[in-house]
Amino acid sequence: METITDQNWLLSVGTFLPLVGVLVMMVIPRAEEQLHKLVTIVASGATLAVGIYTATQFDFDRANAMQFYVNEEWIEVIRSNYALGLDGISMPLYLLSMVITFLVAIYTWDNMPEAGNPKAFGILMLVLQVGLAGTFVAQDLVLFFVFFEVVLLPMYFMIGVWGGAQRQYASLKFFLYTMFGSALMLVSILALFFQTGGESFGFLHFLDVAGTLDRDVQVWIFAGFFVGFAVKVPMFPFHTWLPDAHTEAPTQGSVILAAIMLKLGTYGFVRIAIPFLPNGAREWAPVIGILAVIGIIYGALGCLAQTDMKRLIAFSSVAHMGFTMLGISTLTEFGINAAIFGMVAHGLITGMLFFVAGSVKHRYHTLEISRLGGLLVSMPRLGWILGFCAMASLGLPGLAGFWGEFPAILSAYQPGFGLSEELYRVLMVIAAVGTVFAAGYLLWLYQRTAFGEPKAEFAQPVHSVSAAVNQEHDDDDHHVELHDVNRIEWIAWTPILVAIVALGIYPKLLFDITDPAVSDLVARLGEHLQP
Amino acid sequence: MLGATGWFLDNAWLIPIIPGVAFALIILIGKRLPMQGSELGVASMAASLVLSVGAAYQWIQRVDDAGGHSEAGTLGLIAGFGRSLTAAQEEGAAYVQPVIRSWTWWESGGASFGYGQHIDGLAVMMLFLVAFISLLVQIYSLEYVRGDRRYTHFFAAITLFSAGMLVMVLGENMIQVILGWEIMGLCSFLLIGHWWEDEANSTAALKAFLTVRVGDIGLLVGTSVLFFGANDWTQENLGTSGFSIQGLSAWALSGEASETVLLWGAVALFIACIGKSGQFPLHTWLPDAMAGPTPVSSLLHSSTMVVAGVFLVARLYPVFWEAFSIPDVSVNFIVVIAGITIVISALLAFVQDDIKKVLAYSTVSQLGYMMLGLGAGAWLPAVFHIFTHAFFKCCLFLCAGSVSHSGSHHSFDMKRDMGGLAKKMPITAGAWIVATLALAGVFPLSGFFSKDEIIDNVGHNGYEVFMYIALFGAFLTAGYMTRATYLTFFGEPRGAAAHASALEAAGAASGRAGASPQNDASGHVPSPGGAADPALEEGRASAGQVGVSPLEDRGVGGLSSEEDDPADPALHGELATAGLAHADHGDAEHHGPHESPKLILIPVCILAFFALTAGFTNAVAFGEDWEQFKEYVEPIAEASDLEAAGAAPRASDLEAAGAASVRSGSSILNDASSHSVSSPAPVQEEGGEEEHASGCGYTAPEEGGICFFPAVSHAEFEWSKAALSLIVVGIGLVGSWFVCVALYSKRSRSLVGLTQRLAPARWGYNFLWNKYYLDHLYEQRIIRSIAHPIARGANWVNQNVIDGVVNGLGIGGRKTGGWVYRNIDQRVVDGAVNASGAAAGGTGHALQPVQSGKVNQYGALLFGAAAVFAIVLVIVNV
Repeated sequence: METITDQNWLLSVGTFLPLVGVLVMMVIPRAEEQLHKLVTIVASGATLAVGIYTATQFDFDRANAMQFYVNEEWIEVIRSNYALGLDGISMPLYLLSMVITFLVAIYTWDNMPEAGNPKAFGILMLVLQVGLAGTFVAQDLVLFFVFFEVVLLPMYFMIGVWGGAQRQYASLKFFLYTMFGSALMLVSILALFFQTGGESFGFLHFLDVAGTLDRDVQVWIFAGFFVGFAVKVPMFPFHTWLPDAHTEAPTQGSVILAAIMLKLGTYGFVRIAIPFLPNGAREWAPVIGILAVIGIIYGALGCLAQTDMKRLIAFSSVAHMGFTMLGISTLTEFGINAAIFGMVAHGLITGMLFFVAGSVKHRYHTLEISRLGGLLVSMPRLGWILGFCAMASLGLPGLAGFWGEFPAILSAYQPGFGLSEELYRVLMVIAAVGTVFAAGYLLWLYQRTAFGEPKAEFAQPVHSVSAAVNQEHDDDDHHVELHDVNRIEWIAWTPILVAIVALGIYPKLLFDITDPAVSDLVARLGEHLQP
Repeated sequence: MLGATGWFLDNAWLIPIIPGVAFALIILIGKRLPMQGSELGVASMAASLVLSVGAAYQWIQRVDDAGGHSEAGTLGLIAGFGRSLTAAQEEGAAYVQPVIRSWTWWESGGASFGYGQHIDGLAVMMLFLVAFISLLVQIYSLEYVRGDRRYTHFFAAITLFSAGMLVMVLGENMIQVILGWEIMGLCSFLLIGHWWEDEANSTAALKAFLTVRVGDIGLLVGTSVLFFGANDWTQENLGTSGFSIQGLSAWALSGEASETVLLWGAVALFIACIGKSGQFPLHTWLPDAMAGPTPVSSLLHSSTMVVAGVFLVARLYPVFWEAFSIPDVSVNFIVVIAGITIVISALLAFVQDDIKKVLAYSTVSQLGYMMLGLGAGAWLPAVFHIFTHAFFKCCLFLCAGSVSHSGSHHSFDMKRDMGGLAKKMPITAGAWIVATLALAGVFPLSGFFSKDEIIDNVGHNGYEVFMYIALFGAFLTAGYMTRATYLTFFGEPRGAAAHASALEAAGAASGRAGASPQNDASGHVPSPGGAADPALEEGRASAGQVGVSPLEDRGVGGLSSEEDDPADPALHGELATAGLAHADHGDAEHHGPHESPKLILIPVCILAFFALTAGFTNAVAFGEDWEQFKEYVEPIAEASDLEAAGAAPRASDLEAAGAASVRSGSSILNDASSHSVSSPAPVQEEGGEEEHASGCGYTAPEEGGICFFPAVSHAEFEWSKAALSLIVVGIGLVGSWFVCVALYSKRSRSLVGLTQRLAPARWGYNFLWNKYYLDHLYEQRIIRSIAHPIARGANWVNQNVIDGVVNGLGIGGRKTGGWVYRNIDQRVVDGAVNASGAAAGGTGHALQPVQSGKVNQYGALLFGAAAVFAIVLVIVNV
């Protein structure tokens, strides 16, 4: 793989800049709550600025090359290097993590979870961002693993301290489940290292030697990666930590979890498991495909049974990530491009849905679907945003969700590298059926929460029967408990809403970046596959 | 040369963009505008209409040019985009190239996929139709939804609705079709559920969206199947992707397409059309969709949404033509579905009390005609029927809206709140009657020319059985429309329609007069009931009072008295005129039936005018000169010349893309020898009819040739055949009229209560009343089982089995840990630490003060599992 080393300090700065914010916050007394929030915003904003600058410096014509590539000695004794790089596959996710963290920081200004302590909360969020961004740019397996694990701790505390009633169970389950996957992955990392001669942990090295391994060895090593990443995605049947974690997590945690953390798993498949172990991938692909499609239907059924709005959205992630994994499992350009698009789209859309759920909870103090209702009457703008996100989430063309879903279904018609067409065509049809289910649970949710009249316990004199989504702010109604979307929420949400529309109308924005890298990846896969 | 195209054709892609932008503006700033955003909607549709008319005019020029000076016309325009091939010319009968433009939209695997426009006769016709109908409907809505609580939102959604249809109509490729298709789905959801405070409405919206979505599985799958089937061929020969409409058409007719792929693709796509166009068995959402405001129903049922499915079949006709071997067989998937649809929905229309539901079932039935035509090879009549149907169906809905707006106090119940309105709303009634006759297919109204052509051609193409089904359908159509007309406009006024009269005769019916003003939008008329007023009861019995016959009753006798809203016949002499006059100058709305205001009447009249005359655009009965539609809308099924096509444009301004087609040209011509420019379609031997038994769609194009449209045949018009269908329609109209008079006005003893007395009639009636129990099947059986037992079951499995394993592992781990601790750690190792357990425990304690025993053992177990896995790896590898 080609590397470009110009301005290679950019990625290090972009990744570790949040730590500066952490240092600043450490010296500020805990009581300065607003100041802490401000520092969090500034630090994540500065990080985003670096990220945007990185994007402007990115050579889009060579999106298949590893750009801003750093490769310095790090832990010589185990031949691990400090290697960072960015290509068309990692770039969208790298930027996504920065955008989401920044917006979450802004959202926190007005919506601090009940346990308080913005100092600790902000620090955790910034550390989390380091881990997330680092995972997407790391080009060395040890470094990757370190970042991958760094993410766990802050999220564990976020759920465990700021979460809901069942937070201890949920956070523990989240931590141990993911840890379990990581442990297997670690074994596979070591096996891969030693089996390829123990020379380097560098990604580029593995890419070169990929395919020299015996097929059976590849299959076994892939198994470890599979479990590690599948837990993170999460794929059926490793998904049970997700609804609990999401339901209990504070809004901020849910958003970051859905928008970025789940993508660590799918990214791992695309970046590591598949290109390093081509034969393993081909043997495992049908399994992944089948589990993905089971996830689509199963997640949807799970959604239909939920009585809690947030838990429903969490289950919908299982279904959506199923589409992503189905795309990946085809081992085709169509599929993997769709998967990356799907990751970004799901990040934006489901992230946004969790924001909305958070705001509903903030106002109603419940997410019990049967107690909600008439959202459009009591808070028309929030209601319309929820409707917009539901439509985006069910894959309406013209919004981002479609481009992750349809090409994935399309790709299943003709999987790559001699994978069984019959099997994948069955999967394709089932996945297409899944889109109906998605429409079913989302619109049903919408009907029950947004349509109709507000329930008696939340009924209030309606001050406005206006309906259309409108940008003007009614700041005069703060005295009412059920105030509509407020200014901070608009600031935090508008970029996401705009991005959902922009990517939906003009998907080339993203396909342009990912396609060269994905085409390269699939081509290399073809070269390294043993018959 | 360039005269063959023009600005309007080149820039037709603007047509959907304008309402699309208008939608965004209405959402963002609509409320602050003086007319609350409605002006933006109307203006955008007007602009689209202007552009559509321009495009239509230039398309006609283009076809004329192509026919006139052959070579010149074709080479010009399309060259610029290199996508299409120019047609080789035979005297006056060459394939006229559509105006295709395309820009990159997305890309994958190094290939790029475009969005763009595909403008040909069909597209131009539909663009005009959609823009025209949408504009009228919006103007109508200005009055109709005035004062609605979501006025701005209504206009936003209805504008986007039109934009969606326009996007689909001029779509260059399947992805764009999907885009337009789903946007319409979204808008139908928004508009059907416009008054979502009422749960029935939001449920109807949900049902519409989900039912269509079920069909959409077919759209996604079919598009995928066809894409992979066609992509290689289209890339090679046309330089377009397998999503391209033109590419798919040419591929299907090339003779190189795999029959299996074509069949699966076509079946899948047709399933999508079943959902969208309300064909059996997915037609059930359409009547429920009447929950939306009337303008929405009229738009939805005339030119957008439900027509989309028919349009898709017409658009990709070569695919269906080849897949179902339309010319060679006498029965196929499409005609069977269409035939069933025509009859079952027409029958259902007989038992509806809601005027809009009658029209809804009528739409379903008429869509069946269109599908039947397409399925039986009668492409042109089917497309023509889309055109004419749009006018009269839109007119009918708007009339129904007008009636409810001004005549029946927002009720749509014909039996309860209408009757005798012809006198009070003469213009509405006149328009309605014109449109009804057009729908029934009475000569010389528009419906005759399209529907009769379908029936004729279906028989002509060898689908005789379906011709008789269609004739039977025509009979039913005439019947149920007559019934609806009678109930609405003739006979005695009832309920809200009788309200004004009731006021006038306050003395006689004071109780009722007091009750009536309580009517609300729900349409329920609190009737005093015959029993409450013995005098009235008597009057009703003696004077042949209009009432609902038990024949059409739900089989519940009790309802009968409630629906027998007494309208004293005495009120209806001279007093009626007084009542009307009073209403006219009275303070508008709530003063009983009166004619609607101008903003409602003008669109209605324009539509009635078109319902009357649109048929003459393709009046086959009057000879070839009248067949404008055939000339300009139907593509000419000539094989274009691939090589010449490749060569000529390349010389001018085709470079990269042109090269692609040239290369392909040589590869498709296996041994490209000389070939005539384009084979004139061979004349069929038998009968001397000018038909193509070979040619495009029958045999693969000759080497170097390329077909874009099959050579559909046209039946010769014969008055004798037309007479048959006219007689059938006549019987339907007259027969139904007499039955209605006997049943509803005279209450003939032999008819009234027939369904109560006669078991077979009762069964049949119940079967129809329950809509063949399809809704029951879908809602009670399928959806309920998925939404409840299955989903709950899955959730139970999730919580208890899958999660149970996880929790079980945790508990088991803790117990194992305990055992290990007691028996091994304390006794055997004594002091040594269980490595993984302690590690995990340590972490656990450091992390958070949680109950640590669990952490410990959980961790121990999981790390243990990892260790086991490591051992497995070692064993396998070494």
